[in-house]
Amino acid sequence: MTAVQDTKTIISIKNLNKEYVSSDGKVVRALQNINLDIHEGEFISLIGPSGCGKSTLLRLIADLIPPTNGQLTINGHSAHEARENREYGFIFQSATLYDWRTVLKNVQLPLEVMRYSRKERDKRAHEMLKLVELSDFADHYPWQLSGGMQQRVSIARALAFEPNLLLMDEPFGALDEMTRERLNNELLEIWGKIPSMTVIFVTHNISEAVYLSSRVVVMSPRPGRISQIVDIDLPRPRGPETLDSDQYFHLISQVRHLLREVHD
Amino acid sequence: MSTVPDSQLSTPAPSKFRLAFQEFLDGSGGTVLYFVVIVLCLIGAWEGAKWLGQETDYRLELGPVKISLNMTRDLNMPHLKDIAEALSKPSQRQGPPLIEILVEKVSYTLRLAVIGFTIGTIIGLALAILFAHSRLLERGLMPYVVASQTVPILALAPMVIIWSENLFGSREIGMPMITAYLAFFPVTIYTLRGLSDVPPTALELMKSYAATRREILWKLRFPNAVPYIFTALKITAPASVVGTIIAELPTGIQDGLGGAIINFAQYYVSGPSRLWATNFVTAMAGILFFVTVAVTEWLVVRWKRPSNHLDRWIDTFLRNLRRVVPLLRD
Repeated sequence: MTAVQDTKTIISIKNLNKEYVSSDGKVVRALQNINLDIHEGEFISLIGPSGCGKSTLLRLIADLIPPTNGQLTINGHSAHEARENREYGFIFQSATLYDWRTVLKNVQLPLEVMRYSRKERDKRAHEMLKLVELSDFADHYPWQLSGGMQQRVSIARALAFEPNLLLMDEPFGALDEMTRERLNNELLEIWGKIPSMTVIFVTHNISEAVYLSSRVVVMSPRPGRISQIVDIDLPRPRGPETLDSDQYFHLISQVRHLLREVHD
Repeated sequence: MSTVPDSQLSTPAPSKFRLAFQEFLDGSGGTVLYFVVIVLCLIGAWEGAKWLGQETDYRLELGPVKISLNMTRDLNMPHLKDIAEALSKPSQRQGPPLIEILVEKVSYTLRLAVIGFTIGTIIGLALAILFAHSRLLERGLMPYVVASQTVPILALAPMVIIWSENLFGSREIGMPMITAYLAFFPVTIYTLRGLSDVPPTALELMKSYAATRREILWKLRFPNAVPYIFTALKITAPASVVGTIIAELPTGIQDGLGGAIINFAQYYVSGPSRLWATNFVTAMAGILFFVTVAVTEWLVVRWKRPSNHLDRWIDTFLRNLRRVVPLLRD
């Protein structure tokens, strides 16, 4: 069953287009006519071959780049206002920790910008590090951490100011398979703890998308558009037994077939 | 299957002594040892060349090739012993030993160099921050910043000193200005590079927090520029000593190294060791300044190395300072 019928719409995208001018002067249609509603508490994956605009779509939602035209609302207002109100946390493919800050200070960065008191910053940062199980590394510098640990710090940093929306741009793409699996489970656990938390997760890994999501949005390239949305009605909580279920394999092959179609 | 004897497979274990020696070489002991060895080599080369000159009566004949070794005569290359002796002997009758005079002059020149270095650093940083915030200002002013460095400091120094005398009634005020003029340029260039050389995602992260330009400057751009700034400071620190000496020349002030150098250069023929000794002390002053900056860098840019006791001591100190000084509390 899909868990998301009567809940409120967090993100509403209507006829959204994004064009940009490439370095040789040609107009490139990065996204064409995107329509998508995302509900509170959903875990949405955007999947597709490179050039399908999945990261572009995420950056439009985050108001890191402006759309060419179309409508995009978050919690009923514009993406720009949502960014100004700090309504989402963004997680990049590289952990993007600041080298000169310790792990604890990195987690405190958004709290400093958002003018939390020193006491509140300390309290929240320590809580978040506990959540990602890195309390022992609070005083380490980023270079002293493995790639997986760095990405966990960046998750702690994104959650520190308690946004209800988490935007993740291929966060585990650079990690080895074992670490990725572990972080997938940690992410599901964190998401499960905060019922109103909506996640939009960009990936090119099919099994990861299926394992995590409530819906998988399959996108196709040139111009980037949504080709199909697959409901993932695997029971929750998901765990090792999910990975062995027939339903899981069936959904993976369904998504794989869709991707093969859009690739041709 | 033939078996290879063990002794051929594994290299013999290094002796305890070898291991301890290796550890010594890898650590700070090695640095000191290499330094001493190189100093000894330089001394050997200097005195060796002088010995060769003396032995051949300053004409080295290798078959048909004749090489003049006049360069190694005492007037051109005094014995190192003589240079060292010159430091302990008075340079004027009834005066104190040369080293005492030079220490006084070094402290005078170094003090002015540090003032000029500081002013130059502040101006350099301010210009870089200004340029980083306004492309228009950068494009408009950068050509003049570059042009300023093509004017020979030697030509500029007398004018600045005269202006300083007319404006402030003091020649001394102009001297750090000249040093600052020399010091600000590398700081501007390197800082500007460091301020703009931030990863795009690091900037997007700040944008996602709706951070202001000022927050982006102080929490991202500036810390990112700190290692670049220290690179600039390591260039400008020794250059400040040279700049100050040049600034001293048109003033006629005799309190610093500039006066000493001119004076001993005039009497070079009667006592070459004194100028050599002065140059040696001047170089030491430059090195001292450089090392001070390098140590400061090591203390400040600590995120690239493992922490140590000193860092923890400084942390505790800063934490207590924050407790005492309410202004620093947030």
